[in-house]
Amino acid sequence: MDSTAIETTVREVLAEQGKLSEDAQSIAADADLYRAGMTSHASVNVMLGLEDEFDIEFPEERLTKATFTSVQSITDAVEAIQND
Amino acid sequence: MTETTVLTETPASRGEEPEDRAERVAARAEAVARVAREFAAAVDEEGRFPREAIDEARAQGLLAAPIAETDGGLGYSITELCRMLERVGRECTSTAMILAMHHSQVLCLTRHADTDHLRDFTRRVASEGLLLASATTEVNIGGNTRTSTCAVRPIGEGRVVLHKTCPVISYGAYADAILVTARRSEDAASSDQVLLVVEAADLQLERQRGWDALGMRGTCSESFELDATTRADAMFATLFETISAQTMLPAAHCLWASAWLGMATQAGLTARSVVQKAARKTPGTTPPSALRLAELEVQLQSMTDVVRASVARYEAAWEDPATCESMQFAIAMNTLKVSGAEAVRRIVGDALVIVGITGFANRSPVSLARLYRDSIGPSLMVNNDRILQHTATMQLVSRGQR
Repeated sequence: MDSTAIETTVREVLAEQGKLSEDAQSIAADADLYRAGMTSHASVNVMLGLEDEFDIEFPEERLTKATFTSVQSITDAVEAIQND
Repeated sequence: MTETTVLTETPASRGEEPEDRAERVAARAEAVARVAREFAAAVDEEGRFPREAIDEARAQGLLAAPIAETDGGLGYSITELCRMLERVGRECTSTAMILAMHHSQVLCLTRHADTDHLRDFTRRVASEGLLLASATTEVNIGGNTRTSTCAVRPIGEGRVVLHKTCPVISYGAYADAILVTARRSEDAASSDQVLLVVEAADLQLERQRGWDALGMRGTCSESFELDATTRADAMFATLFETISAQTMLPAAHCLWASAWLGMATQAGLTARSVVQKAARKTPGTTPPSALRLAELEVQLQSMTDVVRASVARYEAAWEDPATCESMQFAIAMNTLKVSGAEAVRRIVGDALVIVGITGFANRSPVSLARLYRDSIGPSLMVNNDRILQHTATMQLVSRGQR
């Protein structure tokens, strides 16, 4: 899966679970999702959605705020996990 | 456990003999503990602020304990702070909890003050011995301090205003400044919060409900309508979520749990003294209550180890923001609060049963009545269920590393 396809799915999961005050499809890839209204509770639901969609598990060391800060950081993390 | 073990494990210090520093740290705690013990019954009976013990803490420099020595403080580590609270917690729960809440706020300043004004204010906390309170809860947020309804509003000339309905501000009426959370602006998301320092002179507090509670009566945890007008640079530039994850939450839980450990320790010492007194009357026969004391020791040892290991975990992560913001650290600090709160309630209750009717009496040298009432408080202040709920959410993705 290339990073564009990953990003598309990431945005779909964010739209469903992120509870963002902005449109998940159009928010800038580097925009801070927490500032855009994503709570820590919502971020867990985003993780669950991503794990289901990509059939992956985020390892403990990636369960940090930094991983879920932006569309870009999530996409990078998913790609890295898939390549592991 | 002896009466002094709570003070023996102070960490190695900076530029002085460790023994000298440990002695000074212990002596300051002892001085506050002595005054706290003298007034604990009056504070409880009258439901009043423990001004004598807090004044003594100020006189000992302890209100500025975690502030760097170069800024006028004592340069205490989190471990030293927590050991001090264990000691004071043995004598007066209200005093220990006020010091714990105060230091959760001071640590936000020492670790995150990021404007010139806030750095100046931190030095003033030390030079003037200021007492800090916090207003992080708000009506209609369901107790989740990571969301706010109220918002900071700029009014020009570098000043901001804020109105907040606070269901509780512990010792709010006695604090020299209050650290308040709010949304960054009127169009910010509820989780987009800032923390600002409002000094008493810039505050109007309208008391809505008093504090006539079962225990922790001296914390004066009243409810207020809060109106503040203050400088914009009294606001931390660092996001509250960062301050909360790295400092306010883990510090509060470590400090509270240490005060609770002091309470449990005191109850255990009281039970021990009563059992030993009985044993002296029947040499050669172990009194039946000794078995209960042995059971109590299992709980006390476990609580002591959990609390001190958690404080050590925070001390180790102190300079490492990534660890502080990791999920496993957040889970560990949450479980510390829940286990500490439940442990102190069980231990004080079980100790009371061992002591018997003289412990049940309000006026007796081995009374555990006040301590028993106080020991319920930890399970209610930030309800355990709410913390477990939050932990449960994290458990859905956590890999269980500790």
